[in-house]
Amino acid sequence: MTSMRTQWLIAVLVLLATIVPVAQFTDYHLFQLTMVVVYAIAILGLSLLTGFNGQISLGHGAFYAIGAYSTAILMTTWNVPYWLTLPISAVVCAGVGFVLGLPALRLGGLYLALTTFALAVAIPQILKYKAFEEWTGGVQGLVIDKPEAPFGLPLSPDQWLYLFTVGVAVVLYVIAWNIVRGRMGRAMMAIRDHAMAAEAMGINLPIVKTRAFALSAMYTGLAGSLGAIAVQFVAPDSFQVFVSIFLFVGLVVGGASSIGGTLIGAAFIEFVPNLADKVSKAAPSAVYGVILIAVMFLMPAGAGGFLYAMWRKMFQTRIAQEPVAAMGHDLDSGGVAGKSPKPETVSRND
Amino acid sequence: MLAGVIHQIISGIATGGIYASVALALVMIYQATHHVNFAQGEMATFSTYIALTFINAGFPYWIAFLAAVVVSFAIGVAIERVLMRPLANAPILASVGVFVGLLLIVNSLSGWFFDYTIKQFPTPFPDRPMMGGYLSGHELGSTAVTLVVLLSVYLFFRHTRLGLAMRAAAFNATSSRLVGVRVGWMLALGWGLAAAIGAVAGCMVAPIVFLDPNMMSGILLYAFAGALLGGIDNPLGAVLGGFAVGIIENLGGAYLVGTELKLTLALAIIVTVLTIKPTGLMGRKVYSRV
Repeated sequence: MTSMRTQWLIAVLVLLATIVPVAQFTDYHLFQLTMVVVYAIAILGLSLLTGFNGQISLGHGAFYAIGAYSTAILMTTWNVPYWLTLPISAVVCAGVGFVLGLPALRLGGLYLALTTFALAVAIPQILKYKAFEEWTGGVQGLVIDKPEAPFGLPLSPDQWLYLFTVGVAVVLYVIAWNIVRGRMGRAMMAIRDHAMAAEAMGINLPIVKTRAFALSAMYTGLAGSLGAIAVQFVAPDSFQVFVSIFLFVGLVVGGASSIGGTLIGAAFIEFVPNLADKVSKAAPSAVYGVILIAVMFLMPAGAGGFLYAMWRKMFQTRIAQEPVAAMGHDLDSGGVAGKSPKPETVSRND
Repeated sequence: MLAGVIHQIISGIATGGIYASVALALVMIYQATHHVNFAQGEMATFSTYIALTFINAGFPYWIAFLAAVVVSFAIGVAIERVLMRPLANAPILASVGVFVGLLLIVNSLSGWFFDYTIKQFPTPFPDRPMMGGYLSGHELGSTAVTLVVLLSVYLFFRHTRLGLAMRAAAFNATSSRLVGVRVGWMLALGWGLAAAIGAVAGCMVAPIVFLDPNMMSGILLYAFAGALLGGIDNPLGAVLGGFAVGIIENLGGAYLVGTELKLTLALAIIVTVLTIKPTGLMGRKVYSRV
């Protein structure tokens, strides 16, 4: 278990990160921070699947889009209040994730990456499709009203939305943390590290993998819902293949199997484009690409994994008495990036 | 009705040739290294821009075309030597990460050097209907070029020492090394060839779909579908799969789903093949040792 002190430390940090921006920041900066939290949840979903279960998805933008559209359609067509759309969207996305998880069972590593990549490329077309136009608004998309702060609280809509998003995020992170460190998480990691050994030990492979897929889709879908409320707009062209790719970049930069790292990854994909945009329109993806490759070669466990390793080094004696990872990392394998999957048929060492 | 179907099939073969080339490029890299090159489409787009640059500089079409193919070959070899070689035994997530990074970099370089506006790309073929009106001059010409490329690749692998050495390196690296094949260079050559084939496909498709940095993303999807349909470890299968996907796409687009869901059709083909017959129609079943 994480020590009491660490838990208190995290709680205080989260509280500070919630109160200080609301008191000090402009609405625009609060909006950016809201988006960081939204992306963090989306990347957390991807991390549960890719980092902890070893199923690589390049198509999570599709779940993000489904969540966003669920919320937008519920709010515009049926006038459902924004907070009530979240549980509905969670159920929808988990359902879709479960169904898509079934064919994914048959697709090992690379093939799943390929199929989900195809899904990411195809999703804007599906959203534009004429038969759904009545609900989705076709190419035009849907416009959503920004929620006001409830109970007459003296907060601007942006301030309230930030608090709301952080609140949802805290709940989701605590759940993810517990799942990863519990029976389900261990089963997921066992499958990632050695599927056959895991099965031999009595883990039900199809059930765990499809559940992981549903869980992951639910997280990323909820992020999509929150993102739609924050941006107040959904349209097919905001869910191009690059959403999926950016989520993947955030995952790898933060560290595939690092719960804390998702925040770093999210901040990276929110702020780096803003900085790089000043250089040229092409710069953001160039920077993403270069950093992605650099991370793969230099610190395969991502920023989260790297920082955690540093932290462990500094406090090694104390940690030695606590065998289980603190930040939701698993120490020995270094995530998917540290394991070789199958005996290689091609070896090159000339 | 029948004439319409025949027309769709013939123009399906024309586009299928392009998918077949890209599928062949994918399979060449997959066979040798067990990596799927997610950046194949972006690399082909970049090659097409190189050709356009030469054309705009005043070179005749075929010289520019040849120059683009040669430059792409060199770029392909360089990428393998610098980026891919250290990844030989890396886990899947690492290789996917590097390919996605490559995709992002090449895509943004295309936008950076040649800007994001949609450009016209010239065709060297006469602009009039051929074969009784079934095909445009460009479609016929590009099909011919594709077939020539596919045939020469086949002859190269089948009847030259270098081709044999490359097949050997992909088939069994250790044994090839023992008989003196320079396996590392063979893989680099494979990458170069894949990039060169991609360049040809890019130049042939650009007059139809117009040139912009994201030109190939849909085509890459069809190529994936084609490669998987035919069997991702079988070059001949992938080529036939590419043609088949071209025909399915055209028929499906005309009679089944309409043009709006063409990409979804590719997705459906991919999912169907992978769930029902993961090895593809002509692929080899792989057994792995525990």
